[in-house]
Amino acid sequence: MVTRLTFAGAIARVFMWTFLLCLVVVVVYPLTWMVLNGFKTNAELFGNPFALPLQWGWENYAAAWNQGVSNYLTTSILVTVTSTIATVFISAWAAYGLARVEIPFSRAWATVILGGLMLAPTVALVPLVKMFQGMGLYNTFWALLILYTAFRIPFTTFLIRAYMIDLPREVDEAAEVDGASRWTAFWRIILPMCKPIIISVVILHILFAWNEYLFAMVFTSGTDVQTLPVGLTSLMSKHGTDYPVVFAGMVIAALPVVILFFACQRYFVKGLADGIGK
Amino acid sequence: MLLTQQSELLDRVPAVQTAGARPPGRSTRRAARRLLGLGWILPAVVVLAVFVYLPLAQNLGFSTLEWDIYSGTQEFIGAENYQRLMADPIFWSSLWNNVLYAVVSLVFQVFGAIVLAAVIESIRHDRWRRGLRAIYFVPSAVSLTVAGLLFYFIYEPNLGLLNHALDAVGLGAWAQPWLGQESTAMMAIIAMSQWQGFGYSTLLFAVAIQRIPSELYEAAAIDGIGAVRRFFTITLPLVREMTGLMIIVTISGAFQVFNEVMVMTSGGPNNSTQVLGTWLYRNGFVRNDFGYAAAIATVIFVITLAIALVQLWINRRRRVEW
Repeated sequence: MVTRLTFAGAIARVFMWTFLLCLVVVVVYPLTWMVLNGFKTNAELFGNPFALPLQWGWENYAAAWNQGVSNYLTTSILVTVTSTIATVFISAWAAYGLARVEIPFSRAWATVILGGLMLAPTVALVPLVKMFQGMGLYNTFWALLILYTAFRIPFTTFLIRAYMIDLPREVDEAAEVDGASRWTAFWRIILPMCKPIIISVVILHILFAWNEYLFAMVFTSGTDVQTLPVGLTSLMSKHGTDYPVVFAGMVIAALPVVILFFACQRYFVKGLADGIGK
Repeated sequence: MLLTQQSELLDRVPAVQTAGARPPGRSTRRAARRLLGLGWILPAVVVLAVFVYLPLAQNLGFSTLEWDIYSGTQEFIGAENYQRLMADPIFWSSLWNNVLYAVVSLVFQVFGAIVLAAVIESIRHDRWRRGLRAIYFVPSAVSLTVAGLLFYFIYEPNLGLLNHALDAVGLGAWAQPWLGQESTAMMAIIAMSQWQGFGYSTLLFAVAIQRIPSELYEAAAIDGIGAVRRFFTITLPLVREMTGLMIIVTISGAFQVFNEVMVMTSGGPNNSTQVLGTWLYRNGFVRNDFGYAAAIATVIFVITLAIALVQLWINRRRRVEW
């Protein structure tokens, strides 16, 4: 009996590991293929897709870089950094106002700000295009900065607010005893105490802004203002048959977030868990 | 303490101080202080009002217009755009594709992910657990655009991995232009999306499972309860909250699909992979039929809002329960 049980257990274990490792192959192999294809020539690519590249050169990466990827990368970094800063500050202020300051109609304001969580960006697309064309912001860096900030404020505020509510009341009172103004209390005491959730929202925003496609595609068209996701698709249509260059561009686009993930995995996982609402 | 507070208030709001004829009483000071607090939320409220709520309201208005982009004329036509929508077979097939997306994602990215997370968390070696979670997550760190382009090439009939792999294992007869024919294109896109997203939800469920006290599992193991029963009696009930959340997030996301379809097929072949988002885009920005696009947007709005309200309702009920 005991031996049969362990035998069944062993079988189950073998199945489990086979499955898990197959899944690893399914995940890793396509990604490896992508990286390898960035080193191949077009002829090799159309030859045997399983073959390794004959020569390991960086020509395709250099070509991708020179054919717009350097611009896309710059824009992506710029948009990601600025919209992260704007979103986190505006949201932290709002969260502070909602969670720790006495304001008139507090609940109504909370509904207004957090209610934005329920709205899909697609829904506002047509009027936003008209609006940005009217303001002369269409096809500019500012369009993406504004949209990435506006549409992420509800979510970011929601997370920071939930964290601030749990901070002890005495913190504010102590600040008042010390004669600190609200402004000082926020910067010197409350915000530093919120560091864990700030790290989470920063990671979530980077992940969002770096990969966002809908707004980037609709609101930008020139090489100098396109971000990586849209730039890659233009690279694809421009150099339709020079696929290895496209693969090289994909690797360049994917690498920063993958590195960020492996470099600060612990924060990353915590950030994602916070994002989904514990 | 009160003194410092007051003097500071006077410093910062001279308008209030000079406004009243009599020295402001404690209650007016307090009201002023409360008003001043609005400054904290002002930037967020202004940005949201202008760039989120205003366009949302405008969209409803636009959906009642016949909008000629070339002459710039706008004509009120009432519910005509919605009537056209109801009679538009591609609108219905788009909606169906969104539903299909939601169903498949629920199977793989919610229920599949719970099982996978439970299996991973049952591994004894911490290094393997962490390693597997991280590897499965990588496709989610790679953006949907990159993943979509990658699978565009994998499905590609000539150089694609998939057909060559089928060939290599003797299933060459199954090889086909996955994205190029109506019968397989939508499923091919959905499959890519599962590949890209399952690691994300697995990671989140793993975090939820880690929060379950290990004593529960130990006690169950001592009682001779098998792994499968432990999963159904301990894991599943205790990650219920995360499951509920993931179901909502997954369904809501499925109705906002845009990126991967745009990158892989742009809605083709023959509109077979159109979803609401891409159909909106095509009507609004390719055909310049803004009124009609706005009507599609309203449908997306109603669906996603309904899903969000269900979530709110569930949250509230749960709070009462506890």
